[in-house]
Amino acid sequence: MIDKRVKTMAEAMAGIKDGSTVLIGGFGAVGQPNQLIEGLVEQGAKDLTCVANNAGNGHVGLARLMELGRVRRMICTFPRTPGSVVFEELYKAGKIELEIVPQGTLAERMRAAGAGIPAFYTPTAVGTLLAAGKETREINGRNYLLEHALHADVALVECWKADRWGNLVYNQSGRNFNPVMAMAAELTIAQTQHMVELGDLVPDTVVTPGIYVQRVMHIPYLDKA
Amino acid sequence: MPDTATASDIKALGRADMAARLARDIEEGWVVNLGIGMPTAVSDYLPPDKEIIIHSENGIFGMGPKPAKGEEDFWLVNAGKQYVTLLPGASMVHHADSFAAIRGGHIDLCVLGAFQVAENGDIANWATSENDSAPAVGGAMDLGVGAKRLWALMEHTTKEGEPRLVERCSYPLTALGTVKRIYTNLAVIDVTPGGFKVMEMVPGLSFDDLQARTGATLLR
Repeated sequence: MIDKRVKTMAEAMAGIKDGSTVLIGGFGAVGQPNQLIEGLVEQGAKDLTCVANNAGNGHVGLARLMELGRVRRMICTFPRTPGSVVFEELYKAGKIELEIVPQGTLAERMRAAGAGIPAFYTPTAVGTLLAAGKETREINGRNYLLEHALHADVALVECWKADRWGNLVYNQSGRNFNPVMAMAAELTIAQTQHMVELGDLVPDTVVTPGIYVQRVMHIPYLDKA
Repeated sequence: MPDTATASDIKALGRADMAARLARDIEEGWVVNLGIGMPTAVSDYLPPDKEIIIHSENGIFGMGPKPAKGEEDFWLVNAGKQYVTLLPGASMVHHADSFAAIRGGHIDLCVLGAFQVAENGDIANWATSENDSAPAVGGAMDLGVGAKRLWALMEHTTKEGEPRLVERCSYPLTALGTVKRIYTNLAVIDVTPGGFKVMEMVPGLSFDDLQARTGATLLR
């Protein structure tokens, strides 16, 4: 029987090693796997490279992980937000590395990793500071940058419904980066609002097939009224 | 800076009127991405007699107006993380597919705010210095190269009166040569192969007044 459900956070986080690259889903607070991030804080892995759209908020979750000195490097599109106080301080002090990636390039680098495409050419960022050190190639009269796939050891994602095979569906804009992150990691751990019986998800509405997911934990934390 | 009209003669547009002016030029059926900041306000002024599909980078096609107080859905936000609604006909995709639509030329119009736009269509809107320690780019570079039309919505000058329409951008670039039209508080200006072409000016403003506030030669 295929059963990817885990009951405890310790099971969910088991085996995450120091030095891992960890993808963290969500766009703002929406679709962000808050409890799994807290679980990673508890689990203790350090020297991490974290990939997320933003660079944490306040002193919880990803910001807490950074504050504890466990994140060596951030890869993100928009590190500076009103709440990114921890990141700003660490960055100014030279205690965290930063790689800024345009949002579409970040998503495509993860999609490519999951799809077996080692690198791709994109028009985004040609001629800008973010093109520094990257190969440029003219194709059909237009310039493109070579960008490489972004593989990860772990992805933490949040979904709306899941079953024991790890099939996932998302709610509204909670989908965002989660499906491409699920594809790009060796170990994808999903937290779900609702755990449903195998067969309850309508097959042609499944967004992330269970083949991309290794563990699922039922963590209802916020529901519609 | 030469100044041939007093500020009180010039009927400069406020931010809401700038958004409304731009909104009038959006055509039926267009797929439109509105950047964070002032461009987001354009959605408040869309012509009600036209069907327009508003796209958001986080994977939404067909956003509607902002929800009434108390009707917000935690899971439904736009790229600026503000609560939004969906129109009948809306659809959702993940981030990679959303940006595939952007780079793939499936967005008819993108409206971005800008620090500077150059007469060759270059846009600078993400960092004010090469030494900016942790600049935030978001989706601006993807939008800057991918949309069929890129319009800038911006104040004509800085608060200090420095021109923001210039011969060449001094700030780090977002995208090269892609801006097609600029809507400012003073004018509507097309970016043409010959340079900035003035299409419209606010009342009380002469061509020379506008030229005095612009860092590149204007064409009539």
